[in-house]
Amino acid sequence: MIFYDRLQFAFTITFHYIFPQLTMGLSLMIVYFKWKFLRTKIQKYNDAALFFMKIFAINFTMGVVTGIPMEFQFGTNWAKFSELTGGIIGQTLAMEGMFSFFLESSFLALFIFGEKLMGQKLHFLTGFLVFLGSWASGWFILATNAWMQHPVGYEILDNGKFVLENFSALFTNPWLIPAFLHNQFASVVTSAFVVASIGAFYILRNKNLEHGKLFLKTGVIFGLVSSLLVAFPTGDWNAKNVAKYQPATFAAMEGIFETEEAGAEIVLIGQPNMVEKKLDNKIAVPNILSFLTYQDWNKQIVGMDQFKKEELPDNIPALYYSYHIMVGLGTIFIGIMLLAAFFLWKKRLHTIKPILWTIMFLVPFPYIANITGWYVAELGRQPYLVYGLLKTSEGVSPTVSSGNTLFTLLGFVGLYMLLGLLFLILVGKTIHQGPKPIKH
Amino acid sequence: MELFWYIIIALVLTIFFILDGYNFGTGIIHLFFAKKEKDKKVVAKAAGLFWDFNEVWLVAGGGMLFMAFPTFYASVFSGFYLPLIIVLWLIVFRAIGLEFRSQFNNTMWTAIWDTSFGISSLLLALFFGIALGNIVRGVNLGGVENEISLYEPHYFFLPLWDSSFSPLTEHPGVIDYFTIIIGIIAVVTLAIHGATWIRLKTNASINKKLKNVIFNLNIVLLVLTIFSIVVWQIVNPNSLDNFAKRPYLIIFPIIYFTGLFGLFFIKKIKKDSYNFALSTLLIIGGITSSLASIFPVILPSTNSINESLTIYNTATTDYGLSVAFNWVIIGVILLVIYIIIQKRLLKGKIDKMDYGH
Repeated sequence: MIFYDRLQFAFTITFHYIFPQLTMGLSLMIVYFKWKFLRTKIQKYNDAALFFMKIFAINFTMGVVTGIPMEFQFGTNWAKFSELTGGIIGQTLAMEGMFSFFLESSFLALFIFGEKLMGQKLHFLTGFLVFLGSWASGWFILATNAWMQHPVGYEILDNGKFVLENFSALFTNPWLIPAFLHNQFASVVTSAFVVASIGAFYILRNKNLEHGKLFLKTGVIFGLVSSLLVAFPTGDWNAKNVAKYQPATFAAMEGIFETEEAGAEIVLIGQPNMVEKKLDNKIAVPNILSFLTYQDWNKQIVGMDQFKKEELPDNIPALYYSYHIMVGLGTIFIGIMLLAAFFLWKKRLHTIKPILWTIMFLVPFPYIANITGWYVAELGRQPYLVYGLLKTSEGVSPTVSSGNTLFTLLGFVGLYMLLGLLFLILVGKTIHQGPKPIKH
Repeated sequence: MELFWYIIIALVLTIFFILDGYNFGTGIIHLFFAKKEKDKKVVAKAAGLFWDFNEVWLVAGGGMLFMAFPTFYASVFSGFYLPLIIVLWLIVFRAIGLEFRSQFNNTMWTAIWDTSFGISSLLLALFFGIALGNIVRGVNLGGVENEISLYEPHYFFLPLWDSSFSPLTEHPGVIDYFTIIIGIIAVVTLAIHGATWIRLKTNASINKKLKNVIFNLNIVLLVLTIFSIVVWQIVNPNSLDNFAKRPYLIIFPIIYFTGLFGLFFIKKIKKDSYNFALSTLLIIGGITSSLASIFPVILPSTNSINESLTIYNTATTDYGLSVAFNWVIIGVILLVIYIIIQKRLLKGKIDKMDYGH
């Protein structure tokens, strides 16, 4: 039964993606702290870099150990998919190992152990290379996913195999750059909220005040800029790509059941009713969606009624909710960060407790927004693995029984619960210990 | 091109077993010989500094296999479903054991993660050996029963074991008496390799004792090696034909036996790096001899209906392979640069090195 294979992949990738999003965003912020220290020689910037390096290291370990099963699962659970498309997606996945993981792992050890051995400039450089490695990894994964969303540069042989026809097309894929930038800025949102949240925590506890203020300030600035960039222009580009290349997905994620004569409304709230093919309790604003998508208030947008059932995603409510949760949270992040940035500018942010509490407790939500964002991409691509060409049901391993898959799924659930618990304990301990106290 | 990629991937995976092999071996030594806390700590550190760098070789090898030989990748990974997933779980326990042992200064906490690191290293060594045994022995491709294939001719599925534990039944399991011997050989080889690594990298108080341990393990290894060749002859009487047909392949067993006999002089050899080089030869020779014995087949078929998987019938097209040839050259050059920088900055014994977290 394909259900367990899909559930296992969804579960393991969801759990895995908790870690890389922080790794990618945080590596950028660590490089920033280290660079500030080199420029100003003010100790607190170096403390910040070293403190977040500890959190980064725990996070990186988790990312590696939960990442290896992802590569293996292509073969173990999706053997037919691997056999048919390995000649293409194998390229980008192998390049990830070659150009990203080697870089990242070579210099991470040096960054962690080497500050005293190498001196400050080289230490900054190793940190920068770790950042470069982790973003390169994002690039190759997005290139792989972009090909699945919008296949290019391929040829299909008589035996059904997809083989590469044009290598550079994989990287000039119109899907790739918008998706990559959207994803990377979203990972910066996560790290910015983590940094700001730890800062708010220290200020509220009246502990490590100087570091707390630095974390809060840096987190808010990075958070404001990145959450704006996630929405515009990158989120906008992605939505336009979906409308152009996957119109059925677009109708489903926006919740448009019926095609209107002219001008489609944008749905803010409502629950998809799949029996009556309508949204219950709908709140919508007329014509906005047409304008956002085509800059034309009256342009027609094709609804789900115009597609055959087998062309539509197979779980429309889940897709619709994922999309609306992502967009809703993204909007809330912009609002809160604008408010926080205003008080930061007034130099009063650290005294306003309600905002500090909000920022502190907001930390799970960028994770949710990132993960629901990926759900939009993956549920939206259904029922295909390779959009329009290879169905998900055709990609599964032909010889692995569902009893075996359920066994390994249960094992992963148990193991990852343990990992999650350990992760929380260790990060909690690191935050509790705090950065090195400042000597006056 | 197929041959080039076959060699590259074999090389990457061999390097993985040399590098991560000393980690597995260190784990085994840690489990049985490191008794004092000071030794435990430094031995764990000898493995812990670079485990993620070492692991990347596995990920890179896997990615290249996926790209160059997708049919083989799909067939083997789904066919060995359970053992592979169990290996993944063990990799997780091994890594968190190493990373988390020093996070709390509490004897119960470190004891838990030391055991996790030790046992998972031992089982990983065993499973990788068993995997090699399976590749050499071959599988029932197509799942043939009564002369009829149950699956497409290049797919199969193996249970963990068959109740007879015999490699000669129609549906042998992953673990049978032949593959388990190869598994034990892997454990012994990697334990030797781990011991030479600990001697090279640390000043632990067990280092003196380890010379004897290596010597004794080496005797066991010699016996097991001869035993495995005999058993292999029984399982597959044609198993050595490839060496007769392609005499140049004999270089690989020679490498193995150079390492094996060289290590008998361990008590005379002063330099630890020579010992480490010898145990490295064991690994290189062991893997390459096994692969050479079936070359150009990469997964033999145990039935007469479906043909074996070779590097030629599982590869992607020439265009894909040659494009990848270009970027892999660039990648290797970069990698060499990283390694040179790494070795320059972090050389010598690691006892004093500050473990940052």
